[in-house]
Amino acid sequence: MDGYNFAYLDEQTKRMIRRALLKAVAIPGYQVPFASREMPLPYGWGTGGIQVTASIIGADDVLKVIDQGADDTTNAVSIRRFFARTAGVRTTERTAEATIVQTRHRIPEAPLRDDQIIVYQVPMPEPLRWLEARETETRKMHALAEYGVMHVKLYEDVARHGRIATAYDYPVMVSGRYLMRPSPIPKFDNPKMDRSPMLQLFGAGREKRIYAVPPYTTVRSLDFEDHPFDIQRWDQRCALCDAGDSFLDEVIVDDRGGRIFVCSDSD
Amino acid sequence: MTSLLAVPAAPGFADPVGDAQRAFRGLLDAIAHPGRIVSLDARVAAPAPLVPAAAAALLTLVDFETPLWLDAAAAAGDAPAWLRFHCGAPIVADPSPARFALVSDAAAMPRLDAFAPGEDAFPDRSATIIVQVGDLHAGDGWRLAGPGIETTCRLAVDGLPDWFADALRANRALYPCGVDLFLAAGDRIAALPRTTLVEG
Amino acid sequence: MYVAVKGGEAAIANSEMLLAETRRGDPALPEIGTAQIASQLSLAVDRVMTEGSLYDRELAALAIKQAQGDLLEAVFLLRAFRTTLPRFGASEPIDTARMVVRRRISATFKDVPGGQILGPSYDYTHRLLDFSLLATGGAPADAPRAPVDPGPMPHVLALLDREGLIEPERDSDAGAPVPDVTRDPTTFPTDRATRLQALARGDEGFLLALGYSVQRGYGRNHPFAGEIRLGEVEIEFTPEELGFPVTIGAATVTECEMVNQFKGSAKEPPQFTRGYGLAFGHSERKTMSMALVDRALRARELGEDVEAPAQDEEFVLYHADNVEASGFVQHLKLPHYVDFQSELVMIRGMRAAAAAGAPTAEPPLRVAVGED
Repeated sequence: MDGYNFAYLDEQTKRMIRRALLKAVAIPGYQVPFASREMPLPYGWGTGGIQVTASIIGADDVLKVIDQGADDTTNAVSIRRFFARTAGVRTTERTAEATIVQTRHRIPEAPLRDDQIIVYQVPMPEPLRWLEARETETRKMHALAEYGVMHVKLYEDVARHGRIATAYDYPVMVSGRYLMRPSPIPKFDNPKMDRSPMLQLFGAGREKRIYAVPPYTTVRSLDFEDHPFDIQRWDQRCALCDAGDSFLDEVIVDDRGGRIFVCSDSD
Repeated sequence: MTSLLAVPAAPGFADPVGDAQRAFRGLLDAIAHPGRIVSLDARVAAPAPLVPAAAAALLTLVDFETPLWLDAAAAAGDAPAWLRFHCGAPIVADPSPARFALVSDAAAMPRLDAFAPGEDAFPDRSATIIVQVGDLHAGDGWRLAGPGIETTCRLAVDGLPDWFADALRANRALYPCGVDLFLAAGDRIAALPRTTLVEG
Repeated sequence: MYVAVKGGEAAIANSEMLLAETRRGDPALPEIGTAQIASQLSLAVDRVMTEGSLYDRELAALAIKQAQGDLLEAVFLLRAFRTTLPRFGASEPIDTARMVVRRRISATFKDVPGGQILGPSYDYTHRLLDFSLLATGGAPADAPRAPVDPGPMPHVLALLDREGLIEPERDSDAGAPVPDVTRDPTTFPTDRATRLQALARGDEGFLLALGYSVQRGYGRNHPFAGEIRLGEVEIEFTPEELGFPVTIGAATVTECEMVNQFKGSAKEPPQFTRGYGLAFGHSERKTMSMALVDRALRARELGEDVEAPAQDEEFVLYHADNVEASGFVQHLKLPHYVDFQSELVMIRGMRAAAAAGAPTAEPPLRVAVGED
């Protein structure tokens, strides 16, 4: 696009983000503060993921962008169009063909390979934020690996509801050291993060944090011995492709409560 | 004496945007897979003693925001002027405030604890050290394990001082603080981030 | 019906065309020009320049036109342009004592050297709709102007300073690098320069409410409007290769200095303290609110208890930016049906368990988190 650098960001900004990415990979699950730029898309709409993708993407890459698992949701279309305009890269809707997958709220059903990178858009990177609003406090808690408040919260869930009442953005421990928010993916997707061959990069633009999970790194969903972590299951199958093992979206088809279930991953 | 404003004889990247992106993906691949030897395919003719992979890493990552430390051998020749011109990096004499460090003569390098290990609350504020080594081979040498490595992998490195493996273990013990290392030979590079366990 | 919940490239393109039509409004009416906006909606332009952190009346007017007068959207447009501009360095500090003053008032003294200059102000207008403005074509009568005194106009607070009644201006960090909240992630605790920069960019409505809360007792610090001045200041820049400052232009700014009580501490006798506000253009409400909040945020430095929202730097600085706030509030419009489906599955499960009379499960026996 005339008047703008390849992939929109200037080279100094890319260097700053690239440095943050290398440190993020070197300290799995730790949130690296970075000088997030003001992007031409609104905060909360993927500016962190976009800045990460813009800093890693090259002319030979093939980009897939999904939102809620689907390539054709409006914001996924908008972000894909942004990179097609500013970087002229090839885009795809097929997970296997992509070298970079930028995602909001899902991990594709098809496992990603060692040579693929997934970039998550993150609204709130801090796993302790709803338990402790202050950054100065949560930073200390991470420094000391003092995660007792999270254990207490989950314990209270079990005591009150008989289960851990978190269905998405389910907290994980990365490599046994840092508590991390996986971004608002359904907990159905959490097991895909554990010891995965893919490189996982996370960008939170408004909150100005980057973090990462390197390949083959343990990502443990928090649980209790007698209340082990489990994932959502449906009695239904996908009404379009008959898949029985995927995350299903519920679609209301009439005003009498009629509904069908379809795969959230449109690939 | 080279004036700061004079254009050094040696150019930087031929394609600053594309070459930096490719070199970065190589560095990212290396640090995401500790011990993996990655060719940066760097088309850069840097002044001695910089080898292409180290020069490409510095051009890709260093700028006016990152104090850079050079060892005596690298600080002596045309490299500082070249780095100032192409990166704009402030070159510091003391290793402790450096965000990046270049070691061209590994045998004479300072101990790793001379460099910033970061802070408990900000372990990212640590040095990244690029060490030029004689050679890198996969398949023998140290046994490596940790994040980024499926089970274990082997990496042999020529030209490091004999205290190096012990220093890596001491660095690992600082986790989550600690320095991160790139080892460069010719246009190839391998990473040893602070998470990597080194045996042998 | 499945397709209906999804959008596509065509839908986005159509939406943008509809937006362009709506923006133009009735094509029978003449199109509004950016010069008209810059000249006749000048206070809107001032706000957009201030919160957009870019002094450019024409581009601010363009942003207002493009945003259909939505000032927060205009601020966003200006910021997204600003972020692509190269940085050449920081100017010399502006010297507001050398301002060419158009308006200058002090609430602390009846008269001050240089005089009270009312200038253009809504303060004493009776807020009666002026139906004569419904008609166009009229021109206002020429306002009488006193001759401009070209000499420097000392700050009112400098008079208090001379008597040692107010804390001195601390310029110990005059040579320190200028922080840039748009280039460095903010870490806490912050210094005052960083806070003032964030407040200058902060949302006027948010700062107004916080400043008001201070007056009503949430972190009360007894403010007086020491001085408010509006006028033009020169901008000087020292290029590396010259080594001395050269004037590169002028800017209209509003400055507010609040005088606040301070009961003293073990180290300091009772004296007045300062709160400071500065904004582009004519922005009195903004600079006054900013000065109140600046003073409130100095609570820790002055050894006061931090109890009220306006004194809490994390709370204020994390929530003052309207581009951040607007983006995150409005992102709720994006699809969240995967998260929502996850909640549906969970709530249905919990309701089914409750309906079946299942006893609440035993509390967990052993915490297994954090192990590998």
